[in-house]
Amino acid sequence: MKRISWPTIVVIALLVLFPLVVQSDYYRHIFILSLMWVVIGSAWNLLAGYTGQVSFGHAIFFGTGAYTAGLGVTKLGISAWWGMLLGGPVALLVGLIIGWICFRLRGPYFALATIAIGEIFRLVAIDWRSMTDGMDGILIIQSFRSKLPYYYLALALAIACVFAVYLVLRSKWGYYFVAIREDQDVAETIGISSFRYKSLSLMISSYFTGMAGAFYMNYMAFIDPHVVFSLHDISIMAILVAIIGGVGTLWGPAVGAFIMVWLQEIFRSAFFGLLPQWVSEAHVLVFGLLVIFVIRYLANGIVGDWSKITGDWFKKKQLSYSSSGN
Amino acid sequence: MDVFLQTLVAGLLIGGIYALIGIGMTLIMGVMKIINLAHGQLMMVAMYITYVLFEQFHLDPYFALLVAMPCLFVIGALLQKYLLNPLLKVDSILPENQVLMTVGIAMVLTEIIRFIFRSDYRSVKTGYSTATFYIGGISFNIAMFIAFGIAVLLTVALFFFLLKTDVGKSVRATAQNKEAALLMGINAEWITVLTYGLGSALAAAAGTLLLPIYYLFPDIGGPFTLKAFVITMLGGMGSTIGAILGGVVLGVAESLGATYISMALKDAVAMVIFLLVLIFLPGGLKTLTKI
Repeated sequence: MKRISWPTIVVIALLVLFPLVVQSDYYRHIFILSLMWVVIGSAWNLLAGYTGQVSFGHAIFFGTGAYTAGLGVTKLGISAWWGMLLGGPVALLVGLIIGWICFRLRGPYFALATIAIGEIFRLVAIDWRSMTDGMDGILIIQSFRSKLPYYYLALALAIACVFAVYLVLRSKWGYYFVAIREDQDVAETIGISSFRYKSLSLMISSYFTGMAGAFYMNYMAFIDPHVVFSLHDISIMAILVAIIGGVGTLWGPAVGAFIMVWLQEIFRSAFFGLLPQWVSEAHVLVFGLLVIFVIRYLANGIVGDWSKITGDWFKKKQLSYSSSGN
Repeated sequence: MDVFLQTLVAGLLIGGIYALIGIGMTLIMGVMKIINLAHGQLMMVAMYITYVLFEQFHLDPYFALLVAMPCLFVIGALLQKYLLNPLLKVDSILPENQVLMTVGIAMVLTEIIRFIFRSDYRSVKTGYSTATFYIGGISFNIAMFIAFGIAVLLTVALFFFLLKTDVGKSVRATAQNKEAALLMGINAEWITVLTYGLGSALAAAAGTLLLPIYYLFPDIGGPFTLKAFVITMLGGMGSTIGAILGGVVLGVAESLGATYISMALKDAVAMVIFLLVLIFLPGGLKTLTKI
């Protein structure tokens, strides 16, 4: 295996040290959320950015993971931490079934099908009251008062997810995925079973998203269908995280996750209370404008177009244009 | 039996309006090969325009059509010209860039409206909103009936435009094969701008027609975007006849679902149909009609 580069080690070290230096629960909370979004964004990116299957339904897996953990408590009486073990596999199973249905569809058809299935999951979770308690949601008791254990768990998950994506991309699978993204028909003609590898990509992606969902249940201690199966707040947020950071780059979703969560928080708190309250209502508007701006001017996201950004800003002549991880 | 007929009639009437939404979507899909995820939101903007005209100037919603449709045509055309078309020249990994752009547009439209009008539920109450007449024991809501009539008129007008005028033929040619259309001297870029404008205007018409019998809030766009592509998929991408059939089928199915299954699962009915069509009839209804 190639040596892990220095910046990576530095970033991980900083993240490990962060909660020891910063005692504020508020900042720890935002970092925990950011790390959770690193997981979801990277998972989405593997499926969409590297395999070319744009999913508008990652809330399905997130919600499935969260509800696996939550229902374990309310129906089976086991600890919600079992969700961390079971949430991933259950989401993976759901992913397998959805892949079986949806991978016969291509491009926009696939995207549409995932929206539809996402909506079905949300509506079922709302209406199947005897099982899910509908809109009342599931409330559990947090295991820890301190945010430290959650922080390190989220960090471990994020590192595991990014590392898994990294390993996959270095393996033959990664090349198959990219081949399918570039041209599915050509990939088929050279003997890559597009169905099998798209399913594999979806399985890995749904597994990690399910883990993130189970983590969310444990950490937030409350879920309801509108939160965890939300088209906007989960499925589209996952897409935004990856797009802003850079679709089809290893570090893009990680960067995007921190940017998005911070932006959301800055606007929600109206620049930490410095600006009038109405600013807090503008956070979705800012997301929208940001999406339009990034797609229009930085089609490959901040990481993917990094050389373009620095090139534009410092007017330096770029000798090489490389997009990482590709 | 009466209940069944009543349900059927209600479904058909609403289906006419759904068809209008679907046709707009399918036009855009046919020419640009993208899903317009801002379709319902454009409709929502038109509804607010109609609402303001009604509240401020007491303009009847049906006359407001004459304002809302041109307004949305301009908005749609500008969006296409300045936000969507430039993306064709950008090199990016995902081909779905334009679709994601429409997501961004949808978010911005919803939030701007929320900023101006807050999240309150609003409605336009006209004298005929709840008026009904009866034919053989079946009640017809007058507002819905008029809306259905106007929807049919607009559809006929659109067909005339697409089939008989030069510009309409250019739109169809671009939808069939963009490269060939370019070689024939059609300005394809201008056609895409026109089509997006036209699609938005049709969505505007649907919104305005719905307003007297519906309610209004900023988030109403999302569900209608979903409906719009359920219709488009039902009918078959890019098929106008298919969109009409799809709209009517969806209207009837929702109405039957609401009566016989449960009101809450009405939206799930649409989604299940959608999935079934995707799996078993991926080309949509147009593959059955051969038109």
